[in-house]
Amino acid sequence: MRYNALNILREGLRGNRGWRPAWRKPEPRGSYDIIIIGGGGHGLATAYYLAAKHGLSNIAVLEKGYLGSGNIGRNTTIVRANYMLPGNSEFYSHSLKLWEGLEEELNYNVMHSQRGIINLFHSDGQRDEFARRGNMMISQGDDAILLDRGGVCEMLPYLDYEQTRFPVYGGLYHPRGGNARHDAVAWGYARGADSRGVDLIENCQVTGIDIENGQVTGVQTTRGQIRARKVGIVVAGRSSQVAAMAGMRLPIESHVLQAFVTEGLKPCIDHVVTYGMGHFYISQSDKGGLVFGGDLDFYASYAARGNLPMAEHVVEAGMTLMPMIGKARVLRSWGGIMDMSPDGSPIIDRTDIKGLYLNCGWCYGGFKAVPASGDCFAHLLATDQPHRVATRYRLDRFETGIGLMDEEASGAQHNLH
Amino acid sequence: MRVVGKGRVDRDAPLNFTFDGKAMRGFQGDTLASALMANGQKLVGRSFKYHRPRGILTAGSEEPNALMEIGAGDDWIPNTRATVQELYQGLTARSQNRWPSLDRDVLSVNDLFAPFLGAGFYYKTFMWPKTFWEKVYEPTIRKAAGLGMLPQAHDLIRHEKAFAHCDLLVIGAGPTGLMAARAGAEAGADVILIDDQTEPGGRLLSEIEEIDGLPGWRWAREQAAELRQMGVQIMPRTTVTGAYDGGVYGALELVGHHLAERPEHLPLECFWRITARATVLAAGALERPIAFANNDRPGIMMAGAMRSYLHRWGVVPGQDVAVFGSTQSARRTARDLVEAGLNATLIDPREEAGAPPDVRLIAGAQIRDTNGRKGVTGIHLTTGRMIPCDAVAMSGGWTPSVHLTCHINTRPVWQEDIAAFVPAPDAVPGLIAAGACNGTYDTGGCLAAGLEAAGVAVEKLGLRPSFTDLPKVEGTPAQDHPIWHVAGPGRAWLDFQNDVTTKDVTLAAQENFVSVEHMKRYTTQGMAPDQGKNSNIGALAVLADVTGRSIPETGTTTYRPPFVPVTLGAMGAGARGKGFAPERLTTSHASSVARGAPMIEAGLWYRPSYFPQAGETTWRLSCDREVGYVRQAVGICDVSTLGKIDIQGADAGAFLDFIYTNRFSTLKPGRVRYGLMLREDGHVMDDGTTACLGAGHYVMTTTTAAAGAVMAHLEFVRQGLRSDWDVHLTSVSEQWAQFAVAGPKSRDLLNTLLDQPVDNDSFPFMACGTVRVCGVDGRLFRISFSGEHAYEVAVPARYGDSLFRLLVSQAEAMGGGAYGMEALNVLRIEKGFITHAEITGRVTAFDIGMDRMISAKTDCIGKAASRRPGLLDPARERMVGLKPVDSGDLTAGAHLYPVGEKAVPTQDQGYVTSVGYSPTLGHSIGLGFVHHGPERMGEELRMIDALRDVEIPVVICDPVFVDPDGGRARG
Amino acid sequence: MRINCPLCGLRDLREFSIKGDAVALDRPAEDGDWHSYLHLRDNPSGETRELWFHGQGCGAWLVVHRDTTTHAIKSVTLAAETTP
Repeated sequence: MRYNALNILREGLRGNRGWRPAWRKPEPRGSYDIIIIGGGGHGLATAYYLAAKHGLSNIAVLEKGYLGSGNIGRNTTIVRANYMLPGNSEFYSHSLKLWEGLEEELNYNVMHSQRGIINLFHSDGQRDEFARRGNMMISQGDDAILLDRGGVCEMLPYLDYEQTRFPVYGGLYHPRGGNARHDAVAWGYARGADSRGVDLIENCQVTGIDIENGQVTGVQTTRGQIRARKVGIVVAGRSSQVAAMAGMRLPIESHVLQAFVTEGLKPCIDHVVTYGMGHFYISQSDKGGLVFGGDLDFYASYAARGNLPMAEHVVEAGMTLMPMIGKARVLRSWGGIMDMSPDGSPIIDRTDIKGLYLNCGWCYGGFKAVPASGDCFAHLLATDQPHRVATRYRLDRFETGIGLMDEEASGAQHNLH
Repeated sequence: MRVVGKGRVDRDAPLNFTFDGKAMRGFQGDTLASALMANGQKLVGRSFKYHRPRGILTAGSEEPNALMEIGAGDDWIPNTRATVQELYQGLTARSQNRWPSLDRDVLSVNDLFAPFLGAGFYYKTFMWPKTFWEKVYEPTIRKAAGLGMLPQAHDLIRHEKAFAHCDLLVIGAGPTGLMAARAGAEAGADVILIDDQTEPGGRLLSEIEEIDGLPGWRWAREQAAELRQMGVQIMPRTTVTGAYDGGVYGALELVGHHLAERPEHLPLECFWRITARATVLAAGALERPIAFANNDRPGIMMAGAMRSYLHRWGVVPGQDVAVFGSTQSARRTARDLVEAGLNATLIDPREEAGAPPDVRLIAGAQIRDTNGRKGVTGIHLTTGRMIPCDAVAMSGGWTPSVHLTCHINTRPVWQEDIAAFVPAPDAVPGLIAAGACNGTYDTGGCLAAGLEAAGVAVEKLGLRPSFTDLPKVEGTPAQDHPIWHVAGPGRAWLDFQNDVTTKDVTLAAQENFVSVEHMKRYTTQGMAPDQGKNSNIGALAVLADVTGRSIPETGTTTYRPPFVPVTLGAMGAGARGKGFAPERLTTSHASSVARGAPMIEAGLWYRPSYFPQAGETTWRLSCDREVGYVRQAVGICDVSTLGKIDIQGADAGAFLDFIYTNRFSTLKPGRVRYGLMLREDGHVMDDGTTACLGAGHYVMTTTTAAAGAVMAHLEFVRQGLRSDWDVHLTSVSEQWAQFAVAGPKSRDLLNTLLDQPVDNDSFPFMACGTVRVCGVDGRLFRISFSGEHAYEVAVPARYGDSLFRLLVSQAEAMGGGAYGMEALNVLRIEKGFITHAEITGRVTAFDIGMDRMISAKTDCIGKAASRRPGLLDPARERMVGLKPVDSGDLTAGAHLYPVGEKAVPTQDQGYVTSVGYSPTLGHSIGLGFVHHGPERMGEELRMIDALRDVEIPVVICDPVFVDPDGGRARG
Repeated sequence: MRINCPLCGLRDLREFSIKGDAVALDRPAEDGDWHSYLHLRDNPSGETRELWFHGQGCGAWLVVHRDTTTHAIKSVTLAAETTP
């Protein structure tokens, strides 16, 4: 059933009995053309675009838990195209364009809100770095505005401009940036893929990858063997474990990133604001909670939870920047498992095993990438060729040093991002 | 209304307060909730979505309805639970999420449209037209959503943070916790006992129950007094918010919320980090509502909470109370109400149910609906009967507060006989759950459980358990029969706060959101400020029912900290303003400030930007003048912020060879060398000079920004990779104050201060040595970051201030003076010297033309990785100088494009990193990185800074703009 | 989280910073397998050995044997006394 106001009205009058399942609950079949391991945002988007753009529907998405049970449902929902380096710049630019048509495409309101992002800077040096970034964004066709202190003050009157430890010099304003409702993205893609014939199989954990003579032949799962000539691994957070089933060691470490939400409040923060000096960023959800986060805890972890020192550091950063939030209360804190690559940028590539494809290394920036990641991975799976905006996301770039994408300029080595 | 002879409020101490502007009275000892109830205020809030009228549901921090803004004028705290807020004289409370008033709330119209606003309706609409989302739909939704309003002013409330350590942490001071604390203290453990109430006792405060012949509340009070005598630290008004790794707990203490006038020395709240060797969790249990139609009307509340109001504060929400449930709590509530002279009807669905004496019993019936818009006026039973009443107490059963046991990833386990989730054993290392939070509900059982848990804990602590006597309690455990929901056509609330009804859960399941997480996220059940404390298990039961699974098969969602919401002000206490990070000040700081220099942040340090003089209207004028000092006379600059690492040992030279790309073992004592440091990934980490002060004794300087990272790196190499070498590292950054003395007259100036004058023979370029400066032992380095004849002179930090003032006054006498960071930057750009603007983490030695500094002979950190093909590609963006073809100013951050090509990424040739106006040359200069850079000298490019709307032609040039052969520095 | 520094005793997480997998101690020769050393990781879901720096304490580099799923710490030794 189409989702629209008329159907809401009709169903409301009929006791809402006519709403159909958003997706089926199929039993896994014995074989598919393509198996996607991982029913998170990226996996579901991949399945959707395989079906919608490439006309392939004999596809299964295998999810060990429930759909969208990973980072798609644990992130701070920021959507932006403000990257600087070739490779990232065109990819995220493409992703934002897909976001802008996503609701129409999926017939699902993912609440993509282009409320604008302001990256604050606190020294002349930082301003110059942001200027370089902003100029790249503009040349890429995206939008960027360099605000001085007064310009920031006008948009964000609640910041502390007098006492804060690292004074606000200005900000890079990205009007088309914003946020979205994270779960809805997973559900929208799931519904779209399902309606195009993709089998979304929950509670189906992959336990082995079958390879014969260097060619993938299928996977072993907790619900039996499933055959396929092409298998895509899209399991950020667990990439190393799944790749190990194919005998691969990846340039990935899993780290924990915490995030926080406060109790609901009437509108008080209208943009996404980031504060690099304090590793702090914040926005307000449509429901009213202030959603904020900071830096990694920095130790490897699969526990999806962090510890107090970083949690306190994040809040402290918020308090020096915008003391207004002192009266808001943290309602919930959680952690996600970040697939950290050495240079902080992702990998969308073939592997040395024929028919086995890899999509991983999203670090702490995977949410905004979901549409383009799905589009590009689908393109790779369908055509065996990288999508034009993802040619640089190569697995071998660390070995060759060619095309490293260290966006933060902190080094192309683990534990620096 | 108040009940005569009940409650322990101080009726001799009346307090005035206001609610929504209405003057009301309460007593010392009241909570805001009990005081509102005493004043007959049934309607206290509006729900989130449907703006339904709501009353007080609970008596604790789990309260979903009575959330208020506390405070007057433009300074209030939103979302405060009236059930937690203690009353004080002059308290001002305001209801929230309603307009224009609580009584007449326009958005209550939403309730009429409820059939169209069910679970997830917003995912299905608001998509047309596309531009309306940001412009119309979202602003409207945002305005309607949210609860309280956050004041826009800076929060200036004083909060604190504190650490505590103990052997045994006991969480909860009910019967279980009191016994555990006692047993711990008697065994000699250092005990902290934490409880969220004003007085210890937990459930005992709300019951008619005797322990050792004393009323429970009095027994608890006496126990607490004895515990204090024994040295137990009792922390009232404190809630443990989270369990973390290693026996670490977070806790929030409400220090001053109950005071009308808070003394200056007291914070409002204190956030505690408690480290405990062992913990007993005695957090109790929460009573569960029953989902029947219109169970959310004001006057309907939890049965246990009603007893709390009756016994603790002597108030009840009504006179004719219907009590619904099949639990001991329901029976006790009916009994206690009747005993207090009120009317109570017990409604128990079991045909065989019994009732306490004098309680009217309706067995074999359930409440299926209620009447009364702003306060319940009657109930409809499943038998068809309608009973008028002005309050309803409900008791679906108890839910153990297992939260803390689940904070580090363990899920609770289902215990069928009590139909509840209890903590998994050893869920949190070192923590033992006992009492009601572990599924033991009777007082006698709790006392025993507390004793037993403490016994286990003290044994683990290596102490001998004491032989604490178990107090005597009447009564035996009672069998409770849970009631989850009553089937029927109306809307039955599960999550009061987020307006989630059983219909929403059913709809979610119908749409295949059958995973418990999907149900939660689709309906938003459990995502409100109470985090599902009142609704999670009830919603689970409904979902289990609809999907034909058992409750344990359905599973729970994840419990996350904090257990109660924590203000950001408390969790971030001390960080407001300058408190966020330490401020590091150089010895010349006061002197620079006195000279009017704007101080700018450099990492944690402050450094002078420039030293303005009268008549200088812009920073540029000051900067140009200061550059002139150095180029023509002599300038003084504090460079103490650079990292200084003292390196000693027989293998110190070899160590430096390994750390830097170039050789230092060949450096003779008395000489300084520039060194380039790579990370192991082959990119540049840092640069600086290292001086050889004697055989096996070096002093390394690092950049200001990288000082800490370089020190850690050096220690890693020393301890982790070369532990067999004789080398020792000491950070001496703060021990030495160091000043650049730069310019043609630098030596003349220095010789006025040095006990032993220097000349070019005794102290040539790149020399170093110990000197006496005005009789003080110091160090002198002939190094230059300006390209001029220059020195850096270092003295012990305690002489820094006086030396700086002396140097500046001498310089001024010679036509020079102090210079700041702006001039320093121009001077180094004129010479093509790099800073972290150039050596970002992406840049290689090859990019900055220093690849030949990588020793071919010996291994060094980063050498192998720096030889990867991608790091040596001539097409890389490599450092060059840039200058305007004609005129105009370069801007840092601009990109470079070929002349005549579009400014698109595929045409991008590079970018500008550092710029400045060179007063020496009379035009703008810059450093930048360009593909094939050094191969393109003299080529013209377009510099485009679209952000600043600048576009000028520039030409690629050598990065050394001034004195390319370096004669000045040597002269 | 608390780490038992062999030199200082049990100390809070706040005193430490981490470098990552203790593989960093196994530095290859110049012509060794640098790609594996620098980039490829077992990244175990379970027990791991990693390097922590007691920067706000004694300055010792530590090899911490820790579980990445429970955060439980099994042992802590000085990097200087650990043979790769």
